[in-house]
Amino acid sequence: MEKTPEQINQDLLRPLYHASWRFYLTLVILGSLVAAAFFAWGYQIYNGIGVSGLDRPVFWAFYITDFVFWIGISHAGTLISAILRVSNATWRRPVTRCAEAITVFALSIGAMFPLVHLGRPWLFFWLIPYPSERGIWPQFRSPLLWDFFAINTYLIGSVTFLLLPSFPDFALIRDRASGWRKKVYGIASLGWRGTPKQWHRLEMAMRIMAVAIIPVAVSVHTIVSWDFAMAPVPGWHSTIFGPYFVAGAIFSGIAALIIAMALLRKLLHLEEYLQPIHFENLGKLLLVMSLLWFYFVFAERLTTWYGNFPSEMAVFWVTQSGRFSKLFWTMVFCNFIIPAPILAIKNLRAKIGWTVVASIPIVVGMWLERFLIIVPALSHKYLPYTYGTYKPTWVEITITVGTFAGMGLLFLLFSRVFPIISIWELKLGGQKKPEAAPALASQEVAAEQP
Amino acid sequence: MEHRWGMVIDEDRCTGCEACVAACHAENNIATVGDDQAARGRAMHWIRVERYYEGNFPDVKVKFRPVPCQECSDAPCEPVCPTYASYHNPEGLNAQIYNRCIGTRYCGNACPYLVRFFNFLNPVWDKPLNLQFNPDVSVRSVGIMEKCTFCIQRIKTAEIKAQAEKRPLKEGEFNPACVQSCPTEAMVFGDLNDPKSKVSRLSRSDRSTTLLPELGTHPKVTYLKRDTWDNGKNA
Repeated sequence: MEKTPEQINQDLLRPLYHASWRFYLTLVILGSLVAAAFFAWGYQIYNGIGVSGLDRPVFWAFYITDFVFWIGISHAGTLISAILRVSNATWRRPVTRCAEAITVFALSIGAMFPLVHLGRPWLFFWLIPYPSERGIWPQFRSPLLWDFFAINTYLIGSVTFLLLPSFPDFALIRDRASGWRKKVYGIASLGWRGTPKQWHRLEMAMRIMAVAIIPVAVSVHTIVSWDFAMAPVPGWHSTIFGPYFVAGAIFSGIAALIIAMALLRKLLHLEEYLQPIHFENLGKLLLVMSLLWFYFVFAERLTTWYGNFPSEMAVFWVTQSGRFSKLFWTMVFCNFIIPAPILAIKNLRAKIGWTVVASIPIVVGMWLERFLIIVPALSHKYLPYTYGTYKPTWVEITITVGTFAGMGLLFLLFSRVFPIISIWELKLGGQKKPEAAPALASQEVAAEQP
Repeated sequence: MEHRWGMVIDEDRCTGCEACVAACHAENNIATVGDDQAARGRAMHWIRVERYYEGNFPDVKVKFRPVPCQECSDAPCEPVCPTYASYHNPEGLNAQIYNRCIGTRYCGNACPYLVRFFNFLNPVWDKPLNLQFNPDVSVRSVGIMEKCTFCIQRIKTAEIKAQAEKRPLKEGEFNPACVQSCPTEAMVFGDLNDPKSKVSRLSRSDRSTTLLPELGTHPKVTYLKRDTWDNGKNA
């Protein structure tokens, strides 16, 4: 049954006007978890970072894992949505807004962690190159400073990328609303009237942004990987880290996107807009990334093993069969052995439930992957006398749990303020049945025949 | 002539008495973190004596290796610091500017020798150690990285005194606390730019080596030892 534009408006704007008691209950639960995380952070700032489990030699652990993880999740969005826009994949239309929102929120959460992990967070502004009266500038050779610029660039870029295609939707709400909503969305829509000139400019801007954001996204996670690869730590100092991290980021990003979309579909009753075909297409992308991830891990492990440097082999064996091996093999299960077969079988991939079953372990596995890159390497550096270990305390655990709750909270609030599916783009796509991303040449040929 | 301070540590002379460790703590106001924190790997010793065991019980030999900051000429800890807290001073020392440190701990990760120490909590001194601070050395607070300085306060005092008396620095006029306290004279300190100084001559000895030379950090601490650790048995 085809929907009229008015029905689409009503369906997609409903969450902005009506909320059930379940919404408020979730809000309270997530809100208190976030509050607990902020309490833990305050406790840490007051007492010193020693209340966490960090020690010498494991100077980085949970916080940097969370940092890399959330920056990775943020690649869901802008990058995927940009690639789908550039390649003109029409099935993307109901997916992009959600993906771009994930990027903005995950990036905001991730960008907090360099502050959370500082010994003296109140002095973070020394990372900003501002003209100080003493003529001191930050150290431009430090990968942490590259990080600072890369993340800020990506944040500004992805916020722009989220807001640009939102103006027509804001204007739509403004035109239909009365009272405070008319005022607020009137300001937010920046005087959008829908004139041909405005449409032309919007399309132009989106085309430029979609192309420009791709290299930014790739560079961000490459630079995050260089935080590790630039230090002479066994297991870190590797050229594979740039592409490995970018692939891992997109991998975890798609998994997060599938989970978020499945939740929204259920909670906001968007069954007719987010169809199994969207999940199947994302599932195909996820399968490609899972295979790519396995290839990278295999290549990295094999070269380390063949190289047989004593210091690197200490890290190798401790992850492969030592104290971190349980986590390592859990990671392999979560990222490859569970999702790859599910996503490879067409009948399973076509069902939304199964794509979610494949995605949840990936999110867990990719968090573990970052932990396994950081902690085993730091605890087994060159001199055996300096070997160490690491055990988290409640502070890190609370903050980590709080970030997941924070992501949910931000998303929940977002779905009450923004139409979660880009309405004008959906209408623009018409009511054609969304197509599967071509998997076989025969499908394409079949599609072309009248 | 510019100085280039260096140290030679003779492993064949070291008895592992740890007098250097105690002297360093007293000289540099290093906090005693307490047994609980030490058990969690947060003990701070700017110089440590590493113990390595050779052979099987009862025929065991213990080898001692005192490890202060290696004062690398190409230090991995320096370029990674985003705020210049870790920097190369004009005399070639890897200086740590406590006031400038924001505690990213990146330098600690980059250091292959793990000779950088972080104040995870506000430092404490067990009584009566709280009554014997060295007034020439600043006390570090929570969230700051600290490390061996080659007793830069002694270097500066001697340099200023020599300058005031309008004469060059004499060799052996001052020593870092660890060198001064070593009963077997296993440690020698001096100017590597002076080819006739004891430290220069010893560093050119055929027993000399550096720690992890394959990393290309070019340390200014040289170790002396007979042959290899296992006398070449496993070569």
